[in-house]
Amino acid sequence: MSDTSQGTGGLTFDKTKRSWPSEMNVLLALIIIIVIFETLGQILPYMNDQSFLFDTRDRFDSIFNEARLKIIILQVSIIGIIALGVSQVIITAGIDLSSGPLVAATAMIAMSFGQTELVNGYTNPKALFGTWAMDLPVVIPIIIGLSFGAFIGVINGTFIAHFRIPPFIATLGMFLICRGIALWWSSGNPISFPTEQYKAIGDGMMPVVWFLSLAVIFHVIMRYTVYGKHTYAIGSNEEAARMSGINVKRHKIMVYMIAAMLAAFAGVVLSAKASTAQAGMGEFYELFAIAMAVIGGISLTGGRGSIIGTVLGAMVLGVIRSGFTYIKLDGSYQLMAMGAIIIAAVILDQYRQRNKA
Amino acid sequence: MSEELVLKTLDLTKHYGGVRALEGANFQLKKGEHVAIMGDNGAGKSTFVRQITGVEQRTRGTIIFDGKEVEFKGPIEARESGIETVFQTLALADHLDVPDNLFLGREKTKWNWLGPFRLLDYKAMRKDTMAALEKTGVKIPNIHNTIEKMSGGQRQCVAIARTASFHSKLTIMDEPTAALGVQETVQVENIIRQLKDQGEPLILVSHNMRQVFDLVDRIVVFRRGQICANLDIKSGDYTGEDVVAYITGAKTGTEYEDAALLI
Repeated sequence: MSDTSQGTGGLTFDKTKRSWPSEMNVLLALIIIIVIFETLGQILPYMNDQSFLFDTRDRFDSIFNEARLKIIILQVSIIGIIALGVSQVIITAGIDLSSGPLVAATAMIAMSFGQTELVNGYTNPKALFGTWAMDLPVVIPIIIGLSFGAFIGVINGTFIAHFRIPPFIATLGMFLICRGIALWWSSGNPISFPTEQYKAIGDGMMPVVWFLSLAVIFHVIMRYTVYGKHTYAIGSNEEAARMSGINVKRHKIMVYMIAAMLAAFAGVVLSAKASTAQAGMGEFYELFAIAMAVIGGISLTGGRGSIIGTVLGAMVLGVIRSGFTYIKLDGSYQLMAMGAIIIAAVILDQYRQRNKA
Repeated sequence: MSEELVLKTLDLTKHYGGVRALEGANFQLKKGEHVAIMGDNGAGKSTFVRQITGVEQRTRGTIIFDGKEVEFKGPIEARESGIETVFQTLALADHLDVPDNLFLGREKTKWNWLGPFRLLDYKAMRKDTMAALEKTGVKIPNIHNTIEKMSGGQRQCVAIARTASFHSKLTIMDEPTAALGVQETVQVENIIRQLKDQGEPLILVSHNMRQVFDLVDRIVVFRRGQICANLDIKSGDYTGEDVVAYITGAKTGTEYEDAALLI
């Protein structure tokens, strides 16, 4: 037994040889994009030497243009919450297209339990239910919303894991079903006038607080817990995961459930922020959430990427959106640029993967 | 006699639709014994392994493992009851590193009250990984490299180190050295010798005649889904040519000529 290691060498372990994390690339891209906008602000004649990120007019205490920073992150926070869940789904080599309509359906359902009875002394004109559903404590609509999300997620996961329906198809079906539920819930009427407590969920910078705290929580979960490790393992090699004794079916259902619950929570925050819920809410959210994940380095073939990457991917989208407004180009250019950046991100990812081997 | 047996199968049969991949296999393995399974491609070797390890469900037949009749619903149950397997298609997750793969599905954890969100004990897993690699003499430059960055041989070594580092009642290796270079093959064979020294029984599926004659006590030959020979090679009565004759069907024997004695 003692001679077994002879001739085969020992083990060397070099701590410095850790590989360059792919999140650094996203961060680099983010910085480059910011520098481009900053430069454009200096050279474009109609910009009057405005700065993109810095406070050049002494409006704020810090050196940064705080208003712009806040907007950049605020406008991606709600989709960012969805992206945290979608990232996990994509890491298992799946996809979730149902999150946008789920946002709308949850917004409708949750807010119908979060309405006030009296608006300026008159009965709520948008009341969906009787007085029994009015002025309930805010936890009730939240619990109902999250339960609905969990229910949808479990259905998604069950179809994908047990009936082996491709995730694209299963969640595409759920995409239509959820949009249908959103329309059916109040026969297409908007639901408005939530309680003060409900409004507080999405008040001011609250969406950012939710997004960042959930990002921290899920970063820890994906990196340091068994749940996270198994999620990566399934996306990396599902067969290996199964043979290693991971209950792949149950785990997938859990991943889709968590993703749907995050989308449902995004629906609650969105309706609270807007103080109204409408069946058309959350349009294209699922695609922007996927885009954030992909830009952030999460590979659609599974097993690769991180929550930090997704947060950075969300920031990239936020900076681009804000930057185009800053250099006074309208929304049509934004969409084209975002599309190009998504494609570029995937090309770069594939290039990276090929060069690795 | 029977309590000495680790594994015994009776009339083990697997049909894929009309294809009879495995037909009435009676097999047995004693404690501490190393047995090789040989046979041509499609002779039923891997099918046989998949029935024992619960990866597939058999059409009929009985499996008695460790003195009890077993009914594994999946590889999880088989592993939990003590069967460790290195599969032909390596069961490794490419994007994870060595400790992650070694402990995949049986991670060391802390704070277990958190259920699925219990924390991974990276430190303990890294320590045990180093110990396992040291023990098996496997050389891997950096255990924090992901598997995708490793050579075929290194991958195989990780897969085998995983099997060898957990004490098991039965180890099964399905063509462990098929894709390996000379050095790496030596490493794998050393691990197998170690298992022999530790008295752990092994089923080795292999095409490599030299290796089989070097390592194991007994050869069981499969042909067309059936066991056609059971050769005690330590007796010195058989040569490689005999084995080839059985594999190709030039010579036919009954499964377990002394079967009546063993049962």
